Amino acid sequence: MISAIRQHMSGFTATYRRELNAYFATPMAYVFLAVFLLALGLFTWEAARFFDSGVADLQPFFAWHPWLYMIFLPALAMRLWADERAAGTDELLLSLPLGLPGLVLGKLCAAWTVAGTGLVLTLPMWISVNYLGNPDNAAIALTYFVSLLMAGAYLSIGAAVSALTGSQVTAFVISVVIAFVFTAAGWPLVLSTVQTLFGTGFADLIARFSFITQFESAQRGVLELRVVAYFLGFTATFAFLNCLWASRRRLG
Amino acid sequence: MLDVRSLEKAYGSKQAVRGISFAVEKGTVLGFLGPNGAGKSTTMRMIAGVLEPDVGDVLIDGKSIVSDRRGAQAALGYLPEGAPLYNDMTPPEFLAFLASARQMPKGQRKDAIERTIADARISGVLGQRIGALSKGYRRRVGLAGAILHDPPVLVLDEPTDGLDPNQKRAVRALIARMAPTKAIIISTHTLTEVPAMCHRAVLVDRGRIIADDTPEGLARRSDDGTLESAFARLTDQVEEATL
Repeated sequence: MISAIRQHMSGFTATYRRELNAYFATPMAYVFLAVFLLALGLFTWEAARFFDSGVADLQPFFAWHPWLYMIFLPALAMRLWADERAAGTDELLLSLPLGLPGLVLGKLCAAWTVAGTGLVLTLPMWISVNYLGNPDNAAIALTYFVSLLMAGAYLSIGAAVSALTGSQVTAFVISVVIAFVFTAAGWPLVLSTVQTLFGTGFADLIARFSFITQFESAQRGVLELRVVAYFLGFTATFAFLNCLWASRRRLG
Repeated sequence: MLDVRSLEKAYGSKQAVRGISFAVEKGTVLGFLGPNGAGKSTTMRMIAGVLEPDVGDVLIDGKSIVSDRRGAQAALGYLPEGAPLYNDMTPPEFLAFLASARQMPKGQRKDAIERTIADARISGVLGQRIGALSKGYRRRVGLAGAILHDPPVLVLDEPTDGLDPNQKRAVRALIARMAPTKAIIISTHTLTEVPAMCHRAVLVDRGRIIADDTPEGLARRSDDGTLESAFARLTDQVEEATL
């Protein structure tokens, strides 16, 4: 059992290191981090009026996470497989004695690490609210944790879709559309469309699975296992799809 | 060493490979020849485990590419067509990635990388990113990746394509140095280098093997005794060539 898992996961370390180096060997990671932090700051301060709320918490900051992830994380993930296909290096990769799950998770975790670095770099915000007042630090820590899990879910969409195409732009656009559906599934606009297309039952199901709905329950400061299981399960599902879609290459 | 058994592969309704079988022993360099679209690369991809065959099997060092893919791939070095490489890495980083991906014991990696760098003659470009290298060096880095783990079987898809005569000679010399201890398959368009490089020539057309001979034996099948006219005659390209 353990040796079987080890075989399937072979290549995880090599892939993870390679992908992480690739992010930082090119301007990719730096541009991502700079623009992500700039956008997050801009939205928190300008759009959500961080200082005007008069309350020392990070609510106006966290509220933007799903929306920014929806745009930025597919951009981070779009190269993972599409780039291999465009450069032909997937052929090299598939000729190595590796397990596909190890490759898929290695790539996903490398992108996840870059996204996590972005979150870590927002820690001065947390320090600031502690300087300004007495926020509920346990709730903030929990929300950071769930935000990181949510980032994994967004990245898994981008990575899986990127295995379907050799074009990064196509991968990005399709990923953002899918990410939008899961982000805004609770919205009347999305909900009524889904209701018309697939019926009320399905619409209710979708609404319950909205990223925003799940993320908001974390912001209340209660650790719900359901939420953790939701985001991890979502990521696992798309990682599985990623394996499936990447293995189609072997069929020709 | 390498045993290819009645491979078949179709892309949709197009049958690319229709039952190809051959075996290569240690010490043999086999030239895999044929017109474009004959099924050479498809066959090589199936041998490398990149494509799954519809029918047939490949045994590499006794291990089946179908039922023990990782075992078979561990005994194989593969240079894909066009030598695709990670442009953002330097050659040593690329080789270190392969060593780690192939799970070579940590203590052996450094020696293997140094030996390969010397064998492939790429010590002059170690600090440069692969994306900035010339075509000849890129090809040699690709070859270095294929021989890093000293595999008993090598599959090289057009290793000399697009190189200048000096670079071609360097690659040919490298292959000749490795030949005694390995089973090697090379596909090429350049028929003139076949007698110099290969002990045996397999000619493929429309997914089938139409000749399997020594390069000299193949050349004798034409009127003027050259490999070119034998190639043209056997692949039915005579009319087109003379038009």
